[in-house]
Amino acid sequence: MSRLAHLLKARETGIALALVLVVVATTVKNPAFLFSSDGWRDLLLTPSILMLVAVGQAIVIITRNVDLSVGSVVGLSAYLTGRVFIDLPGIPWPLVFVIGLVFGGLLGLVNGALVAFAKVPALVITLGTLYVYRGINVMWTGSDRINSSDMPREFLALGTSSFLFVPWLTIIALIVLVAAGWFLRTQRAGRELYAIGSDPAAAHLYGLRVTQRVLAAFVVCGALAGLAGVLYAARYGTVNSQAGSGWELDAVGAAVIGGVAIFGGSGTVWGAAIGAYLLLTINRALPVIGVQDFWQRAVVGVLILGAIVLDRVLAVRQSRRLTEARNR
Amino acid sequence: MTTTDASAPARVYRDYAHPLWRRLLFTREAAIVVLLVLVYAVAAASVRNFAAPITITYLLLDVAAILFIALPMTLVIITGEIDLSVASIVGLSSVTLGTLHQAGLPIEAAGTVAILVGVVAGAINGFFITVVGLPSLAVTIGTLALFRGLAVGLLGTTAVTDFTEFWTDLAKSKIPGTPIPSVMIVFVVLAIAFAVLLHFTPFGRGIFAIGLSSEAARFSGVKVEQTKFILFVLSGAVSALAGIYYTLRFGSARGDNATGLELSVIAAVLLGGVSIFGGRGNILGVIAGVLLIGILGSALRLANVTSDVINIITGALLVASVVSTSVLAWVHRKRIGAGIKKGPPAPAQD
Repeated sequence: MSRLAHLLKARETGIALALVLVVVATTVKNPAFLFSSDGWRDLLLTPSILMLVAVGQAIVIITRNVDLSVGSVVGLSAYLTGRVFIDLPGIPWPLVFVIGLVFGGLLGLVNGALVAFAKVPALVITLGTLYVYRGINVMWTGSDRINSSDMPREFLALGTSSFLFVPWLTIIALIVLVAAGWFLRTQRAGRELYAIGSDPAAAHLYGLRVTQRVLAAFVVCGALAGLAGVLYAARYGTVNSQAGSGWELDAVGAAVIGGVAIFGGSGTVWGAAIGAYLLLTINRALPVIGVQDFWQRAVVGVLILGAIVLDRVLAVRQSRRLTEARNR
Repeated sequence: MTTTDASAPARVYRDYAHPLWRRLLFTREAAIVVLLVLVYAVAAASVRNFAAPITITYLLLDVAAILFIALPMTLVIITGEIDLSVASIVGLSSVTLGTLHQAGLPIEAAGTVAILVGVVAGAINGFFITVVGLPSLAVTIGTLALFRGLAVGLLGTTAVTDFTEFWTDLAKSKIPGTPIPSVMIVFVVLAIAFAVLLHFTPFGRGIFAIGLSSEAARFSGVKVEQTKFILFVLSGAVSALAGIYYTLRFGSARGDNATGLELSVIAAVLLGGVSIFGGRGNILGVIAGVLLIGILGSALRLANVTSDVINIITGALLVASVVSTSVLAWVHRKRIGAGIKKGPPAPAQD
């Protein structure tokens, strides 16, 4: 019973309900939104890639940092994926996933090292690397772009095909989500990330390895963005120099909507994942219910503001209840 | 850096032990100004056409919007807050100007309304940050999306382009007899106003105090909430003004005008020596920071270096400028020696 009550009160439940509401309302208006094979597939597929980035972003935000460079990392590794197929013909495609993960992880390591060792706020560092990574991407790509003819058919098929009506990309994203959620909830290193985010100085005094953990969070975030880049190439088949640009704000937005506090120490990757789904589903739902999709960003803005106001209200109520309990 | 830095008190004493000229010479701002002069000299000597007056004109026309918005952004960041919604306010003001002008309002009236829209947008930010008490980073990520959404929603992908030639020409015009665009007159007036406000008034001292410690500032009688609210309104108003300029300069009002400009502004402000932790920075350094990025970009473009390399350099410069501060502090700590124990690490703040 208490477990059920806990579930009902969780922030994630609220976001999930909002998502269900959007899907139901849109489906009532136009059944094809959910019940056509394309509709069902798009519903699951489109947000999967952003979800990976949002999960990584949530892990970094929980440690009271932020990674603005994720969009550029997605773009770079998406282009790298195409380049690998062109330059190393015949490479087995599963290897490309490893390359994307490692490459993204290395870019994340650069961010993490600068943040952790120079003791400079992540906002500034990753703002810098956002420019640097995107610049490298544009310089490397030039006016060139990767087309679907450059990539093997099995790889592209992975981007669109399904297993038991669930797209493969969604399955990959869900596996990552479950692993990350399990790790943060049950593992010591995962719990320490929350402690670090709540109060970095206290965590340090207590003897937690703050530098190491923050570094690891950035590496994981970069690696997930790298993986997202590989999936991006598989899903869309074409990659130009602007792939993934602006995703940093979508990823941060998804995390914030999903209840990850921007100043660290609370929130779950589940919330961030549902946030990513809500963001992109609204994007597709608006035209169906007769609102021009130009308004999408405005709706997203209202959602973000609503989410953080709700957080604030809940926090105030919580602290009032604690004070009352103490005074009794 | 104003965090729990063990060397902070020592540095204050060292600074005042030296004469004024030394204190002025060895600051972040001085370093940026020197770098600016150096880059300009090297570019003028080595890049063909860089020294030509027309280059200066275009350079200033290009960076004008960033220069404008950097002024209030400096004050906002010194209080330890941030405003990510500025570029969206530029878009919103652009669309307001465009639609009202299309509806038959003269530019003067449409521009006034556009600035009022900026004031309201800034007040919305200020309300959530000071009255509701939310972190500015989160609020302005939300309003970044909201204001941009309103701008794009109002105009869609269409653009309003039928502005009277008088106004579009004025936006591009030069001060007679000089290569300097006339919009710089407006900028200089604003810059002086902001510099006086920040450096020579109690209000300005309050801004620094809030950035160093908002608790301490509150106890010393600084109206913390009121100050922050005013700054966000100023940020909205100046962004709207920049939006009007941007629209007239390109003769086109679009919802997606100036997308991503917030990052350039923040990069320039931080490069100009403003601490992201708050409490430190000055207007002169920021202007030098904006111009440095502008000059680098313009020189490299003339030397046929593509814009992506400029992006790389901008980013690397930003990272180098903040990391160098930490490295210098570290070297300083080493030199002072074992007397000062290593303190806890600065909390990784955003």
